Amino acid sequence: MKKTGSQIFVECLKMEGVDTIFCYPGGATLNITDVLSQSPEIKQIVVRHEQGAVHASDGYARATGKVGVCLVTSGPGATNTVTGIATAYMDSIPIVVFTCQVTTMLIGNDAFQEADIVGITRPCTKHNYLVKDVKDLARIIKEAFYLARSGRPGPILVDIPKDVSAQVCDFKYPEKVFIRSYQPTYVGHAGQIKRAVKLILSSKRPILYTGGGIISSGASQELIKLAEKLSLPVTNTLMGLGGFPGNHKQFLGMLGMHGTYAANMAITNSDAIIAIGARFDDRATGNTDAFAPHAQIIHVDIDPTSISKSIKVHIPIVGDSKNVIKKMLEFIDDEKDSIKDYKEGIKDWLEQIEKWKKQYPLTYSKGDRLKPQYVIERIYALTKGDAIISTEVGQNQMWTAQFYKFLKPRTILTSGGLGTMGYGFPAAIGAQVAFPDRLVIDIAGDGSIQMNIQELATAVQFNLPVKVVILNNGFLGMVRQWQELFYGKRYTWTHMNFAPDFVKLAQAYNAVGYRIEKEEEVDKILKEAFANKRPTFIDVPVDPEEGVYPMVPAGAALRDMLLV
Amino acid sequence: MRHIISVLVENEFGVLSRVAGLFSGRGFNIESLCVAETLDPTISSMTIVTSGNDTIIEQILKQLNKLINVIKVTDFREMDYVSREMVLVKVNAEEKKREEVLRMVEIFRGKIIDVSPKTYTLLITGDEDKIKAFLELLKPIGIKELVRTGPVAIARGEKVIKIKEKQSKGGEDG
Ligand SMILES: Cc1ncc(C[n+]2csc(CCOP(=O)(O)OP(=O)(O)O)c2C)c(N)n1
Repeated sequence: MKKTGSQIFVECLKMEGVDTIFCYPGGATLNITDVLSQSPEIKQIVVRHEQGAVHASDGYARATGKVGVCLVTSGPGATNTVTGIATAYMDSIPIVVFTCQVTTMLIGNDAFQEADIVGITRPCTKHNYLVKDVKDLARIIKEAFYLARSGRPGPILVDIPKDVSAQVCDFKYPEKVFIRSYQPTYVGHAGQIKRAVKLILSSKRPILYTGGGIISSGASQELIKLAEKLSLPVTNTLMGLGGFPGNHKQFLGMLGMHGTYAANMAITNSDAIIAIGARFDDRATGNTDAFAPHAQIIHVDIDPTSISKSIKVHIPIVGDSKNVIKKMLEFIDDEKDSIKDYKEGIKDWLEQIEKWKKQYPLTYSKGDRLKPQYVIERIYALTKGDAIISTEVGQNQMWTAQFYKFLKPRTILTSGGLGTMGYGFPAAIGAQVAFPDRLVIDIAGDGSIQMNIQELATAVQFNLPVKVVILNNGFLGMVRQWQELFYGKRYTWTHMNFAPDFVKLAQAYNAVGYRIEKEEEVDKILKEAFANKRPTFIDVPVDPEEGVYPMVPAGAALRDMLLV
Repeated sequence: MRHIISVLVENEFGVLSRVAGLFSGRGFNIESLCVAETLDPTISSMTIVTSGNDTIIEQILKQLNKLINVIKVTDFREMDYVSREMVLVKVNAEEKKREEVLRMVEIFRGKIIDVSPKTYTLLITGDEDKIKAFLELLKPIGIKELVRTGPVAIARGEKVIKIKEKQSKGGEDG
């Protein structure tokens, strides 16, 4: 059947099961926009800034596990997506970003609103395309969705010139994808997996160190089985939170720069690290020379480039986390005889870990001012860990990782790799669109929230009752903390001498605003805010100079933590 | 350590910049890069000369493989290979020097491909050592300009670098 490029575009989205797109119009989108106006089965959330559209589709993807989709115009519309794309790329989030482009004839002419977005985003996409001929459009869209969600997921950008969206051709959605140069390895090498199991069973001080790969491969249940079967202590990265229940007795908390004492000591002293779907990022490892000096390391990852990149690995296993753990469990069942000895052998280790946990648990001291950690503890208590939590970046993010117990996968949306301030609010909006009836909370700082605050209009327009808890310390707190520790308390640029009245601001947008002044009000106001069905800002003035601890200074060894 | 790497890629626009961007973005070094179509016109072959310790080379190979348009990556260090490079050199060739240049071209089995009253333009092909030796000898005579292709390489004997059967079937949507 003959269709225009725009019709083909919309048909392809339907074939891919897309139910929502986050979008912003411009001259170059008009052909597509017009066709979408007759496609009510695709929810169209019009944002207020293209960066918001990308973060929202990213939040949608993290919360659902499906591919997030957004569509923007050429030139400035396209360049506004770059931070969002880089954010998704660093965290391996499957999204497809459609940018529109000037007509094919004008490409390369410095035409009005032309930007070489394929060139600009080459290093921060998994792959990207410029569609030069309408005949390629359906195939490219099919490939884009396949690439986004398969292997190590990531953002794909498809640039569609305006004339291509108007041209007509025969439409048939390809049934299969044919990319001869792309074959992710899902099944791990059986021999390597067997060696790994043998290594674990002969170890005395083993530990599981897991990351976002557990979430993206849906391996949480398998991970719990593995950990329980072998009584393995578990630590994870920021991206791995929720992959293992935060209230499980074998859980040590997050490792790394703001990880727990127990997790960092356990990693440092272990003799066998089982790393699954984590990439030994510098925020997790600290100084690599002093990282786990006595450990044999098993590393399971779907992306071979992650293996032995920063830390030399002894048993590399390329494969999908879920597949590999399943296989491990099978092999462990064959080793019944050695399990008894193994469990006997790790007793002292588990005791030692319990001691570390008790010695320096995550804590904070109460004072005259309201403490941000307390507010997060209460959010956890009131939601029973059942909410979807997004964060901004900085102290708010680290306190959330420390004091909110994530019980299930896909309940934390946070910019781990790029650390993008302004991510949390639009990401929460994206998650709320996917789950209109769930409680979605952005835990924010007063700095970060102002980076995409314009999306409050989107939330109000589309009745998305996102809750934003602003831990308002009047500072760009995380940077201030570094100035406090390493720059003689010279708080240059980080003191926010002016901030808007967030309660009035919310009201000006026809959203709801609250302010919490005292500890006694915390529960009452949070409950009220969580129960109302409208977008809500909750401004919480907190102790301005509270810090995030423990802390491993940049470049130091994990064992050298500042504890208070 | 110096490595010659062969990269088979889809013969499409933009692939070269993906490969070049990978090297610059990750701080890998490119000594030379040579690209052209292969027997199969849908595939181009790139020969890249790079250097680095084992960890860096391992990352280069893996990162190249990760690019969606890259079909196959081969490090020639893992096999016997022959490599050749072509060089065009413009040298001073006035009066007495003409003789000397001619003699050297003959010894190195090069060619004179252009002549002017004051210069000769020479063509020479060979492996790294031969070209190095030749250029050293020319230096005192006076090299005015030099262009090089960078080496291309091929496996010795019957071994052929080709894409695997599995690879030509392509990935399927799972
Ligand atoms: C887009 C962007 N710009 C700058 C930074 C650097 N940065 C990291 S944390 C931080 C402070 C964040 O302040 P705020 O949102 O108030 O959170 P707090 O640390 O006070 O909780 C800054 C500026 C960043 N991560 N992202």
